[in-house]
Amino acid sequence: MAVIIALAGNPNSGKTTLFNALTGSNQYVGNWPGVTVEQKGGKLKGQSDVEIMDLPGIYSLSPYTLEEVVARKYLVEERPDAILNIVDGTNLERNLYLSTQLLELGIPVVLAINMMDLVKKNGDEINISKLSKELGCEVVEISALKGTGIKEATDAVVKAAKSGQSQRIVHKFDKTVESALEEIEGMLTGVKEDQKRYFAIKLFEGDEKISEQLKSMPDVSTVVKRVEDAMDDDAESIITNERYTYIASLMSKCYKKVNKGLTVSDRIDRIVTNRILALPIFVVIMFIVYYIAVSTIGTVVTDWTNDVLFGEWIQGGAESLLESVGASDWVISLVVDGILGGIAAPIGFAPQMAIVFFFLSILEDCGYMARVAFIMDRIFRRFGLSGRSFIPFLISSGCGVPGIMSTRTIENEKDRRMTMMTTCSIPCGAKLPVIALIAGYLLDGAWWLAPVMYFVGIAVVVISCIILKKMRAFAGDPAPFVIELPQYHVPSIKGVLMHVWERVWAFLKKAGTILFLCCVVMWFLASFGFSDGAFGLVETEDSLLRYIGGAIAWIFVPLGFGTWQAVASSLSGFVTKEGILSTMGVLAGLGEVEEYELSMHDQFAAFFPTGIAAVSFLIFNLFDSPCLAALSTMAKEIGGRKKFWFAVLFQNVSAYCLALVVYQIGGLILGEVAFGVGTVAAVIVLAGILYLLFRPDPNKKASNIAANAKQAA
Amino acid sequence: MQTLKEVPVGSTVTVVKLNGTGALKRRIMDMGITKGTQIYVRKVAPLGDPVEITVRGYELSLRRDDAQMIEVQ
Repeated sequence: MAVIIALAGNPNSGKTTLFNALTGSNQYVGNWPGVTVEQKGGKLKGQSDVEIMDLPGIYSLSPYTLEEVVARKYLVEERPDAILNIVDGTNLERNLYLSTQLLELGIPVVLAINMMDLVKKNGDEINISKLSKELGCEVVEISALKGTGIKEATDAVVKAAKSGQSQRIVHKFDKTVESALEEIEGMLTGVKEDQKRYFAIKLFEGDEKISEQLKSMPDVSTVVKRVEDAMDDDAESIITNERYTYIASLMSKCYKKVNKGLTVSDRIDRIVTNRILALPIFVVIMFIVYYIAVSTIGTVVTDWTNDVLFGEWIQGGAESLLESVGASDWVISLVVDGILGGIAAPIGFAPQMAIVFFFLSILEDCGYMARVAFIMDRIFRRFGLSGRSFIPFLISSGCGVPGIMSTRTIENEKDRRMTMMTTCSIPCGAKLPVIALIAGYLLDGAWWLAPVMYFVGIAVVVISCIILKKMRAFAGDPAPFVIELPQYHVPSIKGVLMHVWERVWAFLKKAGTILFLCCVVMWFLASFGFSDGAFGLVETEDSLLRYIGGAIAWIFVPLGFGTWQAVASSLSGFVTKEGILSTMGVLAGLGEVEEYELSMHDQFAAFFPTGIAAVSFLIFNLFDSPCLAALSTMAKEIGGRKKFWFAVLFQNVSAYCLALVVYQIGGLILGEVAFGVGTVAAVIVLAGILYLLFRPDPNKKASNIAANAKQAA
Repeated sequence: MQTLKEVPVGSTVTVVKLNGTGALKRRIMDMGITKGTQIYVRKVAPLGDPVEITVRGYELSLRRDDAQMIEVQ
């Protein structure tokens, strides 16, 4: 008989390590239906009739976080045959809190106490048989990292799953609560016998999401009110209090702690997040990560993959092969630039992505990532994000693609989406040549334009976040920043490598296919067109891209660069940002260029009527939607087409508005642009931005009123 | 009444009452801060916020504004 076992536990309890140990390479990764929360499953090693479903790491089954809702929906509606609850033995008290909730679902539970090697090393004792009796479920000692006890745990849980019996409920709440729960259970209709307790507790708590799972909602308000009055607290808090009181009694019966002061982890933490040393240590760690992942090894492998592996060997090889067999020009162009170029684009990002995720995964595994959030929270909170967003912004200054991927470490879904939408405003490596180009044209190659653009980028991020936070799409209660600072661990290399593989593979499979298609389309637009009255392979200045650029050039007239050359360059900037440079070079009749050259000056003067127009062009290209690779990644990660198009629209509209304001108002001040309709429009746009920025948060006001009303009642 | 926000680093206090509603309160309670729990204020982040506390044998970080909801003695 095939059975399904759900693996449940707190974050940082070693759940991923256990899941890897249980399933080995028989894993699959997907998303939970309708949400961006990752779903992992796999077949139990050596027993193909047993499927393991890895639930998100959660602390509770409350209705307030996406992960918790997903997990409980699965447990209640899909009803796995058994639950393997992994519990961190070094943090038993808080971990058992989730266990008390899992035990109420009616599904047989086996408790696996993890990190027993550390518990024993600390000299602490857990009385397993007593704990098992008190909880009413089987309890097994394991060490997921060392691989001990896993056989016993799986045997126990498979046996429980195949027994077909429901979980015995041993724990009772306070008498007043119990009688209320009994009364509510009596009111339930159409609920399976062994799920009644779960639903009764949720109804008692006033759980706002429970109606989705119940056919009829009994009115329990009088029962709840009675208990609330008797116990002078709200129902939700009564239940939580009761659970912890029960756990405290379990702890005193089954757990003996040998108090010998600071653990190794405590001693590390004392230095690493020390008030004085924390910031220097943080800067050094981030510098190392950035230096290796982005500046040195990252760039070297990316360049090698792009220039040597694909550029010379594969594309170069294919080209000479096709030439030698006498293939026509357009076939060579199709194969070499279209298809192979399209394949090269996503694969070129893979090595760097692997390096970035190697570091992120180590930081996450060893426990430092939570400290990054702890250290940086104060800054990011100012504009509505949390400390978790620091890493994506840092990585994005190198490349937005791994930057967007690294938003996975942000737990809160809205924060994650907001970070994804804004993180590409930090100029990435590919935008630097564009900045240098304009600096060369206007400012005689002034070095300071790049740092200035970084600061403008940071300002754009901050302003966008504040504006977004006040929109309805991001409304709702701010995510509570109440995070666990886990014990420091030595990361498991196998776990880290599996994680890296998973991320890179997911990128290639999902984002890679979109990127491939987009690259092929853009290649077509840039290589084909009408020349001498016939459709065929043409130079860029006759391509379809030129006609599209010409057709939409009027949109950019208010920004000062309504010439088809500038617009076509911006369009190629959607493929890769460094493409702006090469397209401009081609259009200036100089062929492929690497940097600004004096000979381009006259041509540029034709592209950009005024200096401020060139600045406006730069601003638009830095802050509009990112390159296709980053867009494809975002499309895959953001969770939904509507959210994706909203993000793209937001990015382009804000870049447009910014460029408009800079061109019209800046030009007026410099005397390069005359006062006119454009100036009025720019002033209106500026006023609009300032309004959106400084208006009181409409969502906050509403929720405050709601909270006050609730308190008054 | 003193709140957790005002407790100096290095002192141990007991939770008397939790104010607030909804997701935040539930999260704080889920993490083990309930009536009668002992809290040791361990340190403040280098930029002055959030704070790190020891509760039920593990380390938890929360913002000072949220700590204000927790009445202690």
